[in-house]
Amino acid sequence: MSTSANTNPSAADAAGRSRGKAPAGEKFADWADGRLGIYSLAKANMRKIFPDHWSFMLGEVCMYSFIIIILTGVYLTLFFHPSMNEVVYHGSYVPLQGQLMSEAFSSTLDISFDVRGGLLIRQIHHWAALIFVAGMFVHMMRVFFTGAFRKPREVNWLFGFLLLVLGMFTGFTGYSLPDDLLSGTGVRFTQGAILSVPVIGTYISFFLFGGEFPGHDFVARFYSIHILLLPGIMLGLMVAHLILVFYHKHTQFAGPGKTNNNVVGMPLMPVYMAKAGGFFFLVFGVIAAIAAIVEINAVWVIGPYRPDMVSTGAQPDWYMGFAEGLIRFFPGWEINFWGHTLVLGVFIPLVLFGVVLAAIALYPFIEAWITGDKREHHILDRPRNAPTRTAFGVAWITMYLITLVGGGNDLWATHFHLSINAVTWFVRIGFFLGPIVAFVVTKRICLGLQRRDKEKVLHGRETGIIKRLPHGEFIEVHEPLSQEQLYTLTAHHQYELAEIGPTVDENGVERKVGVTQKLRAKLSNAYYGEDSQVQKPTVEEYKEITSGHGHH
Amino acid sequence: MSSHDIPEENLPAEQATHERGRGAVSVADERNPFADPGLPPHEHRIQDVDERAAKRSERTVALLFTVSMLATLGFIASYVTIPVDKSTYIFPIGHINALNFALGLTLGVALFAIGAGAVHWARTLMSDVEVADERHPIEASPEVRAKVHADFKQGAKESALGRRKLIRNTMLGALTLVPLTGVVLLRDLGPLPGTSLRHTLWAKGKRLVNMNTHQPLRPEDLTVGSLTFAMPDGLKETDENFQTEIAKAALMIVRLQPGDIKDKRELDWGHEGIVAFSKICTHVGCPVSLYEQQTHHALCPCHQSTFDLSDGARVIFGPAGHALPQLRIGVDSEGYLQALGDFEEPVGPAFWERG
Repeated sequence: MSTSANTNPSAADAAGRSRGKAPAGEKFADWADGRLGIYSLAKANMRKIFPDHWSFMLGEVCMYSFIIIILTGVYLTLFFHPSMNEVVYHGSYVPLQGQLMSEAFSSTLDISFDVRGGLLIRQIHHWAALIFVAGMFVHMMRVFFTGAFRKPREVNWLFGFLLLVLGMFTGFTGYSLPDDLLSGTGVRFTQGAILSVPVIGTYISFFLFGGEFPGHDFVARFYSIHILLLPGIMLGLMVAHLILVFYHKHTQFAGPGKTNNNVVGMPLMPVYMAKAGGFFFLVFGVIAAIAAIVEINAVWVIGPYRPDMVSTGAQPDWYMGFAEGLIRFFPGWEINFWGHTLVLGVFIPLVLFGVVLAAIALYPFIEAWITGDKREHHILDRPRNAPTRTAFGVAWITMYLITLVGGGNDLWATHFHLSINAVTWFVRIGFFLGPIVAFVVTKRICLGLQRRDKEKVLHGRETGIIKRLPHGEFIEVHEPLSQEQLYTLTAHHQYELAEIGPTVDENGVERKVGVTQKLRAKLSNAYYGEDSQVQKPTVEEYKEITSGHGHH
Repeated sequence: MSSHDIPEENLPAEQATHERGRGAVSVADERNPFADPGLPPHEHRIQDVDERAAKRSERTVALLFTVSMLATLGFIASYVTIPVDKSTYIFPIGHINALNFALGLTLGVALFAIGAGAVHWARTLMSDVEVADERHPIEASPEVRAKVHADFKQGAKESALGRRKLIRNTMLGALTLVPLTGVVLLRDLGPLPGTSLRHTLWAKGKRLVNMNTHQPLRPEDLTVGSLTFAMPDGLKETDENFQTEIAKAALMIVRLQPGDIKDKRELDWGHEGIVAFSKICTHVGCPVSLYEQQTHHALCPCHQSTFDLSDGARVIFGPAGHALPQLRIGVDSEGYLQALGDFEEPVGPAFWERG
């Protein structure tokens, strides 16, 4: 339009006139475009197509709960005093009046009992944090089991992974701030774990706590980590995560008309502005209602922290339960040598904590190496069509859940009248055995489902109608699938094995095969070998069967 | 949705023609039954064809937005009228804070209704025609790639970084060293450990003071089978470093029948069956506080490390790596229990320098 305006003065006049009469919104948009270039952004994004699938809202739950946490968190900072100075409590919670406690704890009581709505915001903040981390776990599972982490989305997977880990630590530093007996016990546990680090552990502990535990500094230090350092990094990561989601466009499940080169759905404006924008209010509304009804972290019942006191049933927030489990079931190994102590009983669980999490981060790169696949993937896998990957995922979850049971071994023992020793031994054995069993079972189930799909494609859907043939035989009528269904069930790609190939060339000279190459071939066999996928039906098979008499 | 009760002229023009494959090429093919048939035709919702249904949806959305407005007013009314300390009984939750309940529910409804209205609007009244957008490869085209590489080489060449090694090396050196300033600044985060983890307030002659009554303990105060928590005489809860000191000095005193004590050193370090152990667990530092009188077992409630207090407090279950340190005690001239020195080994969780 601008070129025609330059070449034709009368057209420019017309444009000027129409601009003069344009509505205020349009004028403002023109003004902003002249300075910010918003039209080129809007051109690409305003009618951007989003595919619709319920599982795509999991990431939105995370984003919205993160925003809710920031909003409520800012409010809480207006009233919270991050100080460990000991004060005598004179607030309106009668049972603790006259008690000695830190200012952090007493200001938490004030927020809960004297600031109108303070308790609500505290509870929304805490509930939203639990939902945030839970949402990230489930969102990652969705991405994992559908293979959405494959090229070109590996980097975004890493961003998501970092958000999960940082979210866990932001949560931990956050619930440690009130300086109550429960959270203080958790901080003590962390300090004990830090002490177990060889060589530098004691120094890290002294630098983190400003001396011996608990000292006078950790609340103020955790505060700046909790409200500034970690959320600042997370906000940046979240923006980057979203930019990449926009740039890569959404993945979609295979279906008629959906290819690797398109994205089928409805436009951002208006459908997804309304749906996704509305979903923010739904998430916030539900969390507010939960915060109204279900009390969380009632620190006044627990009391202020004293390092020589503790309550039974001490539990971290759920996402740290897995670290708690590792530390609980591990045997108390300690090695003393040359005047030093290697506290393996605590240090190994600490390392395992990192290793188990790091496995998530690395998985996309491992799978990409095994397949050797360099293509972009925008069509999602059904979990059954990637049995080994699905089995790995379920094995990981099994290990995580068993460890979570270990983190609450005392609660299992008291609630179900079991021996704590028996629960602990169950976790010790289950930690190794559980994932193996889960792996085998999951893979079997996936292959079974693949066979059923194949059956459906070749022989049609079971209609439940029993027909009696003239000679007395009963058969069930199978209805052939529609072309849409046939396409959907056969659209997935099946990998070829990574072969090492002949190790001796035509001249009889032996070729060297590297260890990594051998490993890759082995893993490829585990992923795509005969026992790991059911060959999908071919057109020839289909024609051979359908050209027959309808049944066999 | 049946269309036979809707007059033909009410149908949108494009619905009458059931063309398939909007935005995608139909490749339905006799030779390949598995081929992609292309996008299925759009199925109309009742709101697309029946204006009355559309009106109903509009009213539902408006009702939801109105509910939100009312709930916001309810929120403000609750904030103003309900006292902050009022408790109320709500079935089946029980007694809860009335203001929190009212504010939370009104806020929840005010927000949820906006969301529900927006989603209902989108689902029933906005177009639900599926459209396909083309994807473009993330990778740049070979020409762009070549151009960027050439530009980079040109830029690198013009900087002369590869040729003038002296600049490169000194720059790398400077950039490597400068972060050290930040590391150095962290030094004052805390003092060096020194031997502070090896010492507690306990010393020869320090009386054992009951943690609850703040009275010095006499042997006759302690009955067989009892568990008492104690701290060193002179330590006050109002002391500046009370928390840090009690984190190391907290003491757990039990009285056993001397005959029940299996460990000779434990018997010798006690007084007539009264033995004093550190209350701080050797695993990660929780206070060990559950005592089973009959078995003489003490359990840490955090990670379930279990110590046999009749056998030198050795670990009999759980993740703790070593026994609870014992404090040597005796009775002073006035008949009060006193320490005969500090703990001989560091209390609490193990650490690298512990040895």
